[in-house]
Amino acid sequence: MTTTPYDRAPGDTSPSGRPQDAETSPFIAYTIGLLLAVLLTATSFWVANTSLLWPPGVPLGLAVLAIAQMGVHLVFFLHITTGPDNTNNTLALAFGVLIVALVIAGSVVIMDNLNANMVMPMNELMDLHMQH
Amino acid sequence: MNVAVAVHEAHPEALTGAGEAGPAPKRIVVAYGFWIFLLSDIVMFSALFAGYAVLVRATAGGPAGPQLFNQTSVAIETACLLASSYTCGLMSLAIVSRRRYSTYLGAAVTFALGAAFLGLEIREFAGMIADGATPQRSAFLSAFFALVGCHGLHVTIGLVWLVVMMAQVAFKGFAATVERRLFCFSLFWHALDIIWVGLFTVVYLMGVSP
Amino acid sequence: MNLLGKLSWSAIPFDQPIIMGASALMILGVGLVLSWVTLRGYWPYLWREWLTSVDHKRIGVMYCVLALLMLLRGFADAIMMRAQQAVAAGGAQGYLPPEHFDQIFSAHGTIMIFFMAMPFMIGLMNFAVPLQLGVRDVAFPTLNSVSLWLTASGILLTNISLVVGEFAKTGWVAYPPLSELQYSPGVGVDYYLWALQISGLGTLLTGINFVTTILKMRAPGMGYMRMPVFCWTALATNLLIVAAFPVLTATFAMLLLDRYLGFHFFTFEGQGNQMMYVNLFWVWGHPEVYILVLPAFGVFSEVISTFSGKPLFGYRSMVAATMAICVLSFLVWLHHFFTMGAGADVNGFFGVMTMIIAVPTGVKVFNWLFTMWGGRVRFTVPILWSLGFMVTFVIGGMTGVLLAVPPADFQLHNSLFLVAHFHNVIIGGTVFGAMAGYTYWFPKAFGFTLDERWGKASFWCWLTGFYLAFMPLYVLGLMGMTRRMQHYDDPSWRPWLILAALGALVIMVGIACQIVQLVVSIRTRNERRDATGDPWNGRTLEWATPSPPPAWNFPLLPHVSGMDAFWTWKESARAKQPVAKDARDYEAIEMPKNSATGFVTAFFAVVTGFALIWHIWWMAALGVFGAFVTFLVFAFREHDEVEIPARVIAQAAGAHQAEAVP
Repeated sequence: MTTTPYDRAPGDTSPSGRPQDAETSPFIAYTIGLLLAVLLTATSFWVANTSLLWPPGVPLGLAVLAIAQMGVHLVFFLHITTGPDNTNNTLALAFGVLIVALVIAGSVVIMDNLNANMVMPMNELMDLHMQH
Repeated sequence: MNVAVAVHEAHPEALTGAGEAGPAPKRIVVAYGFWIFLLSDIVMFSALFAGYAVLVRATAGGPAGPQLFNQTSVAIETACLLASSYTCGLMSLAIVSRRRYSTYLGAAVTFALGAAFLGLEIREFAGMIADGATPQRSAFLSAFFALVGCHGLHVTIGLVWLVVMMAQVAFKGFAATVERRLFCFSLFWHALDIIWVGLFTVVYLMGVSP
Repeated sequence: MNLLGKLSWSAIPFDQPIIMGASALMILGVGLVLSWVTLRGYWPYLWREWLTSVDHKRIGVMYCVLALLMLLRGFADAIMMRAQQAVAAGGAQGYLPPEHFDQIFSAHGTIMIFFMAMPFMIGLMNFAVPLQLGVRDVAFPTLNSVSLWLTASGILLTNISLVVGEFAKTGWVAYPPLSELQYSPGVGVDYYLWALQISGLGTLLTGINFVTTILKMRAPGMGYMRMPVFCWTALATNLLIVAAFPVLTATFAMLLLDRYLGFHFFTFEGQGNQMMYVNLFWVWGHPEVYILVLPAFGVFSEVISTFSGKPLFGYRSMVAATMAICVLSFLVWLHHFFTMGAGADVNGFFGVMTMIIAVPTGVKVFNWLFTMWGGRVRFTVPILWSLGFMVTFVIGGMTGVLLAVPPADFQLHNSLFLVAHFHNVIIGGTVFGAMAGYTYWFPKAFGFTLDERWGKASFWCWLTGFYLAFMPLYVLGLMGMTRRMQHYDDPSWRPWLILAALGALVIMVGIACQIVQLVVSIRTRNERRDATGDPWNGRTLEWATPSPPPAWNFPLLPHVSGMDAFWTWKESARAKQPVAKDARDYEAIEMPKNSATGFVTAFFAVVTGFALIWHIWWMAALGVFGAFVTFLVFAFREHDEVEIPARVIAQAAGAHQAEAVP
């Protein structure tokens, strides 16, 4: 296979863009992706409903499974790799993920902090009542 | 003084190295541009997600997640959308090998599954509204309807796009522009499923877990 | 059911003479221009060559024209505010009632940021980036046209609000609960929201376009570390646009849902959270200010190296600083609401991050200084703007670092100190950069340079006027005056406000000088023709083309082997004889075809926006349907390219070769 001077388009199965040049058959890739995704989805539903797991760990477990499934989609359906011809695509994805993380995590932390400072502490309320 | 040199006269060794080969072919440019658009769309969803996360407990005395969400319905919706992503992938293979009727078949199944997803979601919304769990009831419900509704709106736009693309295939065959646009469609459709993974996990599963 | 929604004759403010006067002036001005174009028979030319153009150079010029026009509108707001505050001391009410004053400061901010600064920077990037990269156009030329016209739609809607209805009275940030339906039941906030959603979409599309262009379309041999610095800053700017504008879209969508469908994102009822609006708004808002200033930094890098006759000092550190600013700008946004009640640790984190982000900018300033050191600096108008920028922006940056200290900010938040700070950096940075870029690239766009004397006059007026207008505001902020005051009681503030009004008048003279400069330059253009295409002895590829460049930019794509590509060729060409190339070596070039898609889409966008504002639902549906049909027409068009024959290319190339400096 000749090396092309251009990067790969995101979603392409091979550097040349033709599925025939792909290392694994794209059909196999899609099918494995589907099976893995089904497995991860079923596991997520089980984790959310079972009483076998320690309850505070459930959200973390769900998050891990969701991230894994997003990874399955990216690798098997969108054919994202970490090869040098995919650098632009992966970097753009990483930038997007960074922004998403900052927006969501940042907002949740900040709003939590703000909301906490908005609540009147109960003991001060009690003190006010006690003072004649 | 002529400073320009015809591309084919340039020394081949000068073309190595990242990004030094000159303007990329249109296919790559279009796909990358769409990829960047998808990332911007995902950032928009993240703002809605952030809003949901902040407002998830702001139920104003009204119903909360566990009272409202039907996991069976969500499971079927998830199965439909995931399957439609798979059939979309098969459709892409048909497009590249220029099999017209396989393309139409793949598109039809993808459309049907996507429409099934939408139908179930609309039914869920209608049920909630009939029960009084309207977006005007509380901030939590506003955030829920906006976030899930925005995803549903994207799915709707995707279905319209798919129909337009099949019309293009019918009229123009697999012209270069048509193929590029179908490629973008499949990127879009897969991205929607990725967002749904986040959605059903955070909204429905985390929302009903004890 | 009312066919016209909320619209009726009472929407026109007949009882407000100042607004009626301003509207009349605006309608008169627009009418005069349209009549002149009609009487001279220019419509076919305008339509064919400009309104349907997908050429990045034409689009860039049109963005800048829009920006300059909106500078006048936004500046009129500024003069009115300065005049009001100069007189409304003690018990005096001034000439602007609060209802009107509130609309003026809201419109001033909205127009200056969204419809002056952004279009100017985007216009300069549009014009210069493809030329500097050595390619023929951006990645998506028709989309580029759509972006321009969507921005124009937002501008049109905002200007319509002057005549029909009202504008927002909430300030340019439109915080709830004031911007909610309960406290702003009129159409003002709706005008604001829809104008910005529509133009925001255009801006997002520009971001996508330029990120793709810069990363995927460069001349052969131009690796990342051989790109001009202006292209690096353009890349960072457009990455910020792609990452930040979707957040604004979502935030405004939430407010729109509250206002139109009774949702409860930010209302008191239903446990909405107003602070969340502030948080999400500024997640966009802080990257936005870097979107405004990074292209200006790029302009200064180009101008300073060109007019010092030296390569830019510290190219790698410039690139690193630019990309560092790009990432860091997403880590500081809370400094816009230190006083909203976050704890000390959260405030402290963002305060420290805000100070850190000043560091890469400092690196840039030192690089510019070292570029000039040891060079032969030519004191042209662009260099004057650059020198003015360096002094002014540094002062503004320092007051920014002062504000970054949360305890200090608790005293100064929303005071005139803050107002002075952000005008200091936006005017000193973005506006000065726009003026420098405008003067620098004007000959490339139009084939003749601008008059130097009037340019220098306008610079000195702007510089003096700026300091006169805004330094007093720092003092006033420290004295305790808050922003957006329609009248005030403390008479000791008045002298400073009169000084500030004087400064605004001096700036007005500066703007007048620029208008005169343009008229004079056009009248005497034959004396200052740019025949060679390289009037400044430039270093980057845009100067290798004729002025103005042909639609295809380069007859043959240049091959780049180092930084400052054009300079290298000029230097090496002096050493050996140029070889005349045969006309047969030119090939036909396919260029994207002109398209009315952008203009027509914008028309439907204005219809939809106006209809939604006034609750004319059938018209809104028609507008959306029209836009969809426009898109279908575009999608199904048969020919999207036009071929330019080789002999036309050869002829143009030959003519340029004859004129170009050997």
